[in-house]
Amino acid sequence: MVDISAREAVGDPRPPRRLAEDLAPIVFLAPVVLLLLVFLIYPLMSSFRLSLLSWNGLGEEGKYIGLANWWRLLHDGLFWAAARNNILLAIFSVLIQLPIAVVLAVVLDNLGRGSQLLKILYFLPLLMSSVALGVLFKNFYDPNFGPLNALLEGLGLGNLAQDWLGDTHFSLAAVIAVICWQNIPFYMVLFLAGLASFPAEISEAAILDGASEVTIFWRLKLPHLKGTLRTGALLAIIGSLRYFDLIYVMTGGGPEGASELMATYMYRSVFASFQLGYGSTVASAMFIIVTVIAGISLRLTSRLETEV
Amino acid sequence: MAGFLGRRFVLPLLGLFWLAVTTVPFLYLALMSFKTQEETYSASIWALPKSFNLVNYEEVLRGRFFTYLGNSVLVVSVSVVLIVLISAMAAFALARLKFRLSGPLFGLIVAGMIVPVHVTLVPIYLLTRQIGLYDTPFGLIGPYVAISLPISVFILTEFMRQIPKELEEAAELDNCGPFAKFFKIFLPLCGPGVSTVAIYNAIQLWNEFIFAYVLTSSPDKRTLPLAVWDFQGQYQTNIPAALAVVTLSCLPLIIAYAIGQEHIVKGMMAGSLKG
Repeated sequence: MVDISAREAVGDPRPPRRLAEDLAPIVFLAPVVLLLLVFLIYPLMSSFRLSLLSWNGLGEEGKYIGLANWWRLLHDGLFWAAARNNILLAIFSVLIQLPIAVVLAVVLDNLGRGSQLLKILYFLPLLMSSVALGVLFKNFYDPNFGPLNALLEGLGLGNLAQDWLGDTHFSLAAVIAVICWQNIPFYMVLFLAGLASFPAEISEAAILDGASEVTIFWRLKLPHLKGTLRTGALLAIIGSLRYFDLIYVMTGGGPEGASELMATYMYRSVFASFQLGYGSTVASAMFIIVTVIAGISLRLTSRLETEV
Repeated sequence: MAGFLGRRFVLPLLGLFWLAVTTVPFLYLALMSFKTQEETYSASIWALPKSFNLVNYEEVLRGRFFTYLGNSVLVVSVSVVLIVLISAMAAFALARLKFRLSGPLFGLIVAGMIVPVHVTLVPIYLLTRQIGLYDTPFGLIGPYVAISLPISVFILTEFMRQIPKELEEAAELDNCGPFAKFFKIFLPLCGPGVSTVAIYNAIQLWNEFIFAYVLTSSPDKRTLPLAVWDFQGQYQTNIPAALAVVTLSCLPLIIAYAIGQEHIVKGMMAGSLKG
């Protein structure tokens, strides 16, 4: 205190401690703000600007063509087919992954001994890079040398064997199966934590009242998981709308665009057809669609809002 | 009775069934990688390899596998250190320093979690070319750190908020300024949060594909996921060799997982689970 009043006497309007405290937020936040400006906000805005150009990405920056790319996008059947596939992926991710994950969480929650080891093994797919998984399953699905068709033939179901990734009817479903296979353990652990937070006294009391395990699950535990299920659905939807990796590695969006997603279509427009302007239009549209749908789902679930 | 049956039979059966679903692809992977190319054409796909031959692994390791691995180690470790430091600083300011913009700024940073990274791909590609970092491992660090910051700031802000007020007051009595407070109290006390953030981002970035694919092109500058990609092109007809690369590329994470499963599971769930 003595120190501060002495400085004030000399005429320094601000004691040094105060100055450090005023500057501190700026110093602590500068790196984050700077990096997000350069690698997130600038690219987002730049993407919208590039969407107004006709440019193959080489040499001089392209020609300004106003909203022509956006007009083209509105009438581009390939883009809307890709968006539809994103929505199919979102729907099937929620419908397949969440129920299986709940079942597995219940299994682990009830097994006691041995459940730890199972959980560790179940979790493995989530650690794999999507390129590694993609290459693995491309071979797994291979119509001539793949084990899946061999397995079907061995079971006497040879007529079900398919060219899984090469057939327009099956390619999207075949990749969705792998995406689910990889991501189910994530939701499983999420729900397992939800089940673990279910108070033991309540189920004990219910058992004393003569309730069966099955009744306890449907009447008490599942309602207890409601919030976690909503979070899970939200994460699955947002993840599906911006999905890229496994589709790109396994089918490249093909055959004939049958498994195309918005992100793979954007990638191909820019780096395969060299339409950098139009590809940026696709990217910007994707941003709008993801933000709007994420915003709506957030409002509907309002779960993250209360958490933030 | 139904409950007893379920507990004793149905649930364990379901557990074993999913164990098979999870492990069969890995078994196929391991089996194939030890086979010779002829075996894949002649014998049944599920047959054991005739001998435990390492031809495929030798071939792959004679290639550039270790260059890819080295690049991955470099890029991921530098990125993770930067992510932890930068996001912890921001989290400290947002959770503990009083200033007018802290609420909106937190909202804005966290909103970055929703942005699909692919939207930023083309502008970042152009930017990386402009500043001369195209086709270097260093060009990956900026985008990697930036895409990881929103979730990391989110997690660490939660942690910083939970540190008791008394510790901070004690530090103030000791005449600690904000900087001393951050380095001496908050950063060390956030240990569990820091390790969660580090593990989560290390795994995400270790497996990252699209930026690495677009921002680098020569094999000696690329990271491990691209090894799988590049070798796949090279070994289009040699399935066992291609799958040996897949196996090798998965090994580092599987070894890490064997050592610290609990931490890795917790880290991977970061942002969706509390604590």
